[in-house]
Amino acid sequence: MKDLLRKIRKTGRVAEDPPERPAESAPDALRELGGSVQLRHVDAGSCNGCEVEIASVFGPVYDAERYGARLVASPRHADALVVTGPVTRNMEMALRRTYEAVPAPKGVIALGDCARNCGVFAGAYGVVGAVRDVVPVDVEVPGCPPEPEAIVAALRGLTGR
Amino acid sequence: MSGSTTLAGTVGAAAQVVLVAAGSPLLVGVMRQVRARLEGRAGAGVLQPWRDLRKLLRKEAITPHGTGPVFRAAPLVLAATALVAAGVVPIATTESPLDGAADLFAVTALLALGTVALALAALDTATAFGGMGASREMTVLALVEPTILMSVFALSVPVGSTNLGAIVNSTLHEPQRVVSPVSLLAAVALAVVVIAETGRIPVDNPATHLELTMIHEAMVLEYAGPDLALVEWASAMRLTVLLGLVANLFAPWGIAGADSGWVALAALPLALAAFAAKVTLLGGALAAGEVFMAKLRMFRVPELLAGSFVLALLAVAASFFLA
Amino acid sequence: MTSVTGAALSASLGASVLAASAGAVLPRRIRPVAAGIGTAAAGAAAVVAGVAAMTGRSWSAWLPELLPLAGVRLAVDPLGGLFIAVTGAVAVCAAVYGVGYARPADGHGGHGLDGRTVQAVLPLFVAAMLLVPAAASVSTFLVAWELMALASLLLVVAEHRHRESVGQAGLWYAVMTHLGLVAILAALAGLAAAAHGESFDRMRAAAEGMSPAVRGAVFVAAFAGFASKAGIVPLHVWLPRAHPEAPSHVSALMSAAMVNLGVYGIVRVGFDLLGGGPRWWWLLVLAAGAVSALYGILQAAVATDLKRLLAYSTCENMGLVLVGLGAGGLLVTADARPLAALALTAALLHVVNHSAFKTLLFLAAGSVLRATGLRDLDALGGLRTRMPVTTAMFAVGALAASALPLGNGFVSEWLLLQSLIGSLGEGGTITAVTMPVAVGALALSAGLAVATFVKAFGTGFLARPRTPQAEAAAESPAAMGVGMGAAAACCVALALVPAFTVPGLARAVQVVLPGQDAVAGQVTLRLAAASSTMSPLLIAVGVAVAAAALLALLRFATTWRVRRRARLWDCGMGPMTARMEYTATSFAEPLQRVFDDVLAPETDVNVTPLAESAYLVDSVSYRARVGDRIESRLYRPLIAAATAVGEAARRLADGSVHRYLAYGFFTFTGVLIVLAVTR
Repeated sequence: MKDLLRKIRKTGRVAEDPPERPAESAPDALRELGGSVQLRHVDAGSCNGCEVEIASVFGPVYDAERYGARLVASPRHADALVVTGPVTRNMEMALRRTYEAVPAPKGVIALGDCARNCGVFAGAYGVVGAVRDVVPVDVEVPGCPPEPEAIVAALRGLTGR
Repeated sequence: MSGSTTLAGTVGAAAQVVLVAAGSPLLVGVMRQVRARLEGRAGAGVLQPWRDLRKLLRKEAITPHGTGPVFRAAPLVLAATALVAAGVVPIATTESPLDGAADLFAVTALLALGTVALALAALDTATAFGGMGASREMTVLALVEPTILMSVFALSVPVGSTNLGAIVNSTLHEPQRVVSPVSLLAAVALAVVVIAETGRIPVDNPATHLELTMIHEAMVLEYAGPDLALVEWASAMRLTVLLGLVANLFAPWGIAGADSGWVALAALPLALAAFAAKVTLLGGALAAGEVFMAKLRMFRVPELLAGSFVLALLAVAASFFLA
Repeated sequence: MTSVTGAALSASLGASVLAASAGAVLPRRIRPVAAGIGTAAAGAAAVVAGVAAMTGRSWSAWLPELLPLAGVRLAVDPLGGLFIAVTGAVAVCAAVYGVGYARPADGHGGHGLDGRTVQAVLPLFVAAMLLVPAAASVSTFLVAWELMALASLLLVVAEHRHRESVGQAGLWYAVMTHLGLVAILAALAGLAAAAHGESFDRMRAAAEGMSPAVRGAVFVAAFAGFASKAGIVPLHVWLPRAHPEAPSHVSALMSAAMVNLGVYGIVRVGFDLLGGGPRWWWLLVLAAGAVSALYGILQAAVATDLKRLLAYSTCENMGLVLVGLGAGGLLVTADARPLAALALTAALLHVVNHSAFKTLLFLAAGSVLRATGLRDLDALGGLRTRMPVTTAMFAVGALAASALPLGNGFVSEWLLLQSLIGSLGEGGTITAVTMPVAVGALALSAGLAVATFVKAFGTGFLARPRTPQAEAAAESPAAMGVGMGAAAACCVALALVPAFTVPGLARAVQVVLPGQDAVAGQVTLRLAAASSTMSPLLIAVGVAVAAAALLALLRFATTWRVRRRARLWDCGMGPMTARMEYTATSFAEPLQRVFDDVLAPETDVNVTPLAESAYLVDSVSYRARVGDRIESRLYRPLIAAATAVGEAARRLADGSVHRYLAYGFFTFTGVLIVLAVTR
């Protein structure tokens, strides 16, 4: 415990200073969320590259929680889905149902090139299509995988902070 | 009892309900902020829980197929019991008009009633996670009960009453009692109980995303929108009430006592401020402590609770043999 | 001497006899209705008699011709009146319910419950239970007691043609209840012999002067006998067998009225006839009560048979009552009479409360049993939509039984806790050691009771049906609903305004502790012995007001007016089936694991590998069972020993006439020698 305490004191604040607030703003339907966006992450068939970046977005350095975004355990608690990867056949129904389970008003973030246009998996036999082919998408974050700064910027667009 | 004392008591009770209702999300915000800072993060700010609640109220409510009135009513019962407890517990005043209606036993049993409502709602959803959460929550509740009653026992022996107002007043009049072994042992035992009841580390992790490790969270997985807002708000109020209970049972200074006339009314703002400070301090300490701990395995929790029971038993024994 | 009490009691007994004869002679079609109405009338009259006695109108009668040699001696004082009133109220609910319960349902229930035996014996059972607390002499008491035992035995085995387990249960019950009778007979006969008279008045007067050894022996024997009737561990073994197998309204009568009479016996003999006793008596009572409360509720927490769960819960509640009695007795020896009166009041109020909610719970369980043919919680579920009335009734009973606020069980447990807490400073080290342990036992049993009844209600009635039988359940006939409704109304009244029972309870306590008023107050309960207060009504109003305010607030603050109906969150896959639900067994598994040293569950995992390889699994079977450890550890060896002795005794009688003549000769000589030596 003493070691941990010393480490905490030595490390201090890890979070980087927040960059300028991005210009892009949320879709109208989501604007009334007012600085609080709970996210449910759905891996629709990702290679887990995007997941690594999401993990670092909510880690101490980028700390997306300070903008009012948080990952939650149930779509019922969520305001938006973060979908990664191309939508595979096995995950198509799951994605639809997860979307249905979210209470309105709700949004979808398609995270990464695969989620936007299937990326390198385009045309593969197990892939149904991009996320927008299955559920309506409000925000897209390009990149393979997208950089944490880009993800943070997209989230800040939703929370408006 | 003069008329204005009753007035002060009524105003005080109303004020403390309002304080708990408005302040409890802020307490949760403070605790998250403390934790975030210790982890090197910036944190979402103390207002974030209120933003979350405002947002949840603007969302639609969902009734999952196959759920019934129990599922609908549980958040209401949970929040209502927390509100009543906030009116009874001596937070700002020891002269609450409800003080005679519910003693310490009744308050803890009332909070248990809220938990039971939520557990039944979880079972009503017929999901595996709901049943799992309910089962675990009830197990913890059953094992917490002996410690609670034993601590109450220890605290009530020197006073001769289990009424909260009486216990707090007597501590105000004999401050040296706080450092007696009885009081210290009971304080530690009650602290463990509060941690278990409010689902904090090491009994439960309020921030977990992993269903299999959940206790409280697993019960509320089906709630959305305003229902979820009620549940979260009620959880925050329960945390505040229980922390406030510990604070004022063992350090009641600042609370508006049985003064007469306008003195009592004038003492109220000070009492509210003192309470806010104490609870913030306790909450901050709890959050800081959580950084240093991992969640216990479910089946190690009984050992922790048995330990707290032994402390409470020692407190009772001390109250007799050292008196 | 005529009085309201006497007239009402006579009317009640008369109505029972009429109902019994109606049950014996009328044709099957109208038999249940006639007998049911008669029994209900008898119950109602008994309530009047009991309440009249509790308001101070005592009554006594002496009927020398009715019973040869001894005659029948009856007397109703407020203490007896309390038990008569409770028995009467339970009988009203059970009788009305029985009218519907005896009617065969499609496929289930009925089971010949409209037959002559059941219909004729049930009113007699009620009459016998009313006579026990009214008896004022040893012979009258024992006759009524045995009549009650026999009648209940006949009712327990009513369905023996339909299930094999009924016979087993009947055997256990018959043996236990008669062993109990032997103990009571020995105690009361001994007391009567020492007092040179068998009327209670004579015994009361003579008890003072008896030697401590005689008094102690009488008390222990009586306590053992009465405790076996009250289902106190370790004499409880008949209860979890007989209550599930008996028809449900009979279970209600047994569990909510008959077991009370065990408590009555302990109070009557221990406090009244013997006039209290030394500390060790009451420590014995307290310890038995605490063990019973804990063991009973632990077994209930892991039970999956709904009626077995309720039976174990009876063990728990009777244990709590005994804790109150034991504490009361201890406090009398410590000369803390106001606290003793509080403990006794709490114990008696708990008797009343337990009767109210246990009647309700057994009747609701019977309603489920009739509709589905199931008692197994693991197979039930989803009754909320199919049997809304029964579900609501069970909910009221479960709330009461879990001793939470807004339920009536909370009030009496609160009083009991107050008496235990207050007594720490009284009576020196012995109470200082006992009372914390008693509070701990009480608290743990209260906590486990919450878990138990959340399990029973949550898995049995909420969620989704787990079997086709549960899916096909339909609501029970109106008569059953009325019976349950009456019991539920009692529960609600006792929960919100328990003060209405206080004057009557005070008079009942004053029979043994004159001049004590333990509890006062109308809305808020105030105690004479401690400065704690509590108001169940204000708590209920507070919760209701808070809930209403929150509803209004929500209406004001939310933007979406409609609730969307949606699929359950099944992690996106699904569909969710009933097999994925938590069952009662899985719900109780954490508790079972925490307490496995006490419960000693038996689990059996069988892995069958494929023929090709030991590593490929063909099938896995898992069996888990939580037996009654006291039964297997205490009774099985006893039964085995008794059987061995019986086998050995057979060798004494091998059919040889010479040997029998030799037995006669040696016995005769032996007697002569003994006489010669002693004279």
